[in-house]
Amino acid sequence: MLQILFFSILTATVFYIAYGRFLQIYKNISLGITENEKHNSFTGLKNMILFALGQKKMFNRPVSGIFHLFIYLAFVLTQIELLEIIVDGFTGEHRIFAHALGSFYNFLINSIEILSFLAFFSTFIFLYRRNILKLIRFQKPEMKGWPSVDANLILMGEILLIFGIFLMNSSDQILQNLDPQHYPSTGKLYISSFIGASLFGQLPQDWLVWFERIGWWLHLFVIYGFILYLPFSKHLHIFLAFPNAYLSNQESRGKMSNIPVIENEARSMVGLPPKEMVEQTEIFGAADIFQLPRRTLIGAYSCTECGRCTSVCPANLTGKKLSPRKIVMDIRDRMEEISNQVKPNVEYNDGKNLFDYISQEEIYACTSCNACVEACPVLINPLEPILAMRRYDILMNSGGPSEWMGMFNSLENTQSVWQIPESRDAWTKS
Amino acid sequence: MIPIKTAAEYLSQGESFEVLFWVGCAGSYDARAQKVSRAFAEILNKAEIKFAILGDEEKCTGDPARRAGNEFLFQILALQNIETLNQYQVKKIVCTCPHCFNTIANEYPELGGKYEVMHHSKFLEELISLGKIKIKEDHSTESVTYHDSCYLGRANGIYEAPRKVIDHLKLDIKEMKRSRQNGLCCGAGGAQMFKEDEKGNKRINEERIEDAIETQSNIVVANCPFCMTMLQDGIKAHEKQEQMMVYDLSEMVLQKMI
Repeated sequence: MLQILFFSILTATVFYIAYGRFLQIYKNISLGITENEKHNSFTGLKNMILFALGQKKMFNRPVSGIFHLFIYLAFVLTQIELLEIIVDGFTGEHRIFAHALGSFYNFLINSIEILSFLAFFSTFIFLYRRNILKLIRFQKPEMKGWPSVDANLILMGEILLIFGIFLMNSSDQILQNLDPQHYPSTGKLYISSFIGASLFGQLPQDWLVWFERIGWWLHLFVIYGFILYLPFSKHLHIFLAFPNAYLSNQESRGKMSNIPVIENEARSMVGLPPKEMVEQTEIFGAADIFQLPRRTLIGAYSCTECGRCTSVCPANLTGKKLSPRKIVMDIRDRMEEISNQVKPNVEYNDGKNLFDYISQEEIYACTSCNACVEACPVLINPLEPILAMRRYDILMNSGGPSEWMGMFNSLENTQSVWQIPESRDAWTKS
Repeated sequence: MIPIKTAAEYLSQGESFEVLFWVGCAGSYDARAQKVSRAFAEILNKAEIKFAILGDEEKCTGDPARRAGNEFLFQILALQNIETLNQYQVKKIVCTCPHCFNTIANEYPELGGKYEVMHHSKFLEELISLGKIKIKEDHSTESVTYHDSCYLGRANGIYEAPRKVIDHLKLDIKEMKRSRQNGLCCGAGGAQMFKEDEKGNKRINEERIEDAIETQSNIVVANCPFCMTMLQDGIKAHEKQEQMMVYDLSEMVLQKMI
């Protein structure tokens, strides 16, 4: 009874705190603008199924792709066991699904165990790749400090969770024989029965009861810890990858968004009638998250900092400061900084903006080659905010590299990128 | 001198044209790209395609202005071009520059410029498969490597058309380690062509040309005037001018065309 009470209070508290935090993230994302671009729900759904659920792009790098798949599948399937734990927790039952599902239960738990074993192995591979092999993409400047700790914490949490599962199941396997009344039969679990027989076979029964309970609570605590930790971590991608893939850009990647106010200004300059019903804006491009589309903001929360974008960025590969991953991480950090301080109907001003995070040196090094966009497994677009910030810097600050001023002048005066005093069809005459 | 008529000349002679050849700033003024314009025009003439150019009525599409962030300048250029194109009732446009192609195909429609736009690699592929371009029977097994430009490839998903053209020419493509979706940029896009590099340890074109050198091909086939400049500079930086040359797809076609 006491256990049920404790469990209920714990569960309610965890979900209440998590709810508040997720709500805050939702509010942060809502600070962005909505664009009336073409978005087809069916294509969105297809992208979500293919890229988020199906992980299509993960396999462009087969090694990390396959190990990530093990962890992903183990995680998804373990939710069934977690559901059972929660139901057991509220009812005080033990393995409530065992009876109802019969032999399917055995198949299910065996599958979870096999995948968990593969995931356990994969986790060590990932720790090895990050900390011993030190893959270049995990060693970039933006990964120093918290981002690296964050990644390792998740991997260690994963190990703890799987340890809990096997401790619980393997002691349970022996207890099923000793006390079948309290421990309903699950059928033979191949991995747990092996671990149980080889490690716990000779232990007294009350020890096994304790082990089973420790495993059970450990599983639960790690999962609850995870739920609370997730919204502060890069690991949020497990949820947000789905809406992000759904909302991702469906137009040609080469197309930049139009600014109707400027179009109208230009139309009057060249003597064309203006387009009607144009929403007035005073800020062009983006200096802060308030001018970025919501899909960019949701993208920033969906990023798990894998660095595939940065590892293919031509600027980054040749030693420039630009790193697409850093751009995405900075947008998230800026949202977190502003978080909770925006009041309705009051313009937010803390004297800072995105340019305090992202330098001109970074945004002007971009070749707009779309390699980062192509590389992202969850369809984040780091190029869009870079170009939006350029727009702001050029149009609002008259910033930009000085050589571009020459190009702009030439375009204005001769309508060509180069100022050449020659007819445009001179090439036909030589 | 190749006989080339402007849209205005067609109009004054009361004639119409099938397709407008959009030459672009590089194709008009850059010495190397001018050769490509001439090669492509020669192919069109040989294939008996009635084409026009805009001549002095053509302006920069605005691509570098827009990527650089100067939206106002882009709009002015774009709207003027659309006015001109609509005035001549242009239906079909072919570009030898993937930046011009991308801008006219993807960004002009919402400003009022709706045309059938093709990059010349796709156009050449069509002419070959329609039999309008005939290729010499030649049994040399020369190998070339092909550089995907970002604005044709990743931006617009065109990877196979230029490769098919090369196949038709009976040339063997030795792919670079980074190709198609994974192709590495030459370093010119996003208006980088018109400014100095930010601080780094290498130029992007030098990094890229190493991929081409690895294939041991003597010819790098490109589809973009800016890539051509960048790749040629990369070859110079690696002192490989004696062994390697960059050619546009149309130049390769012209060489092998009957």
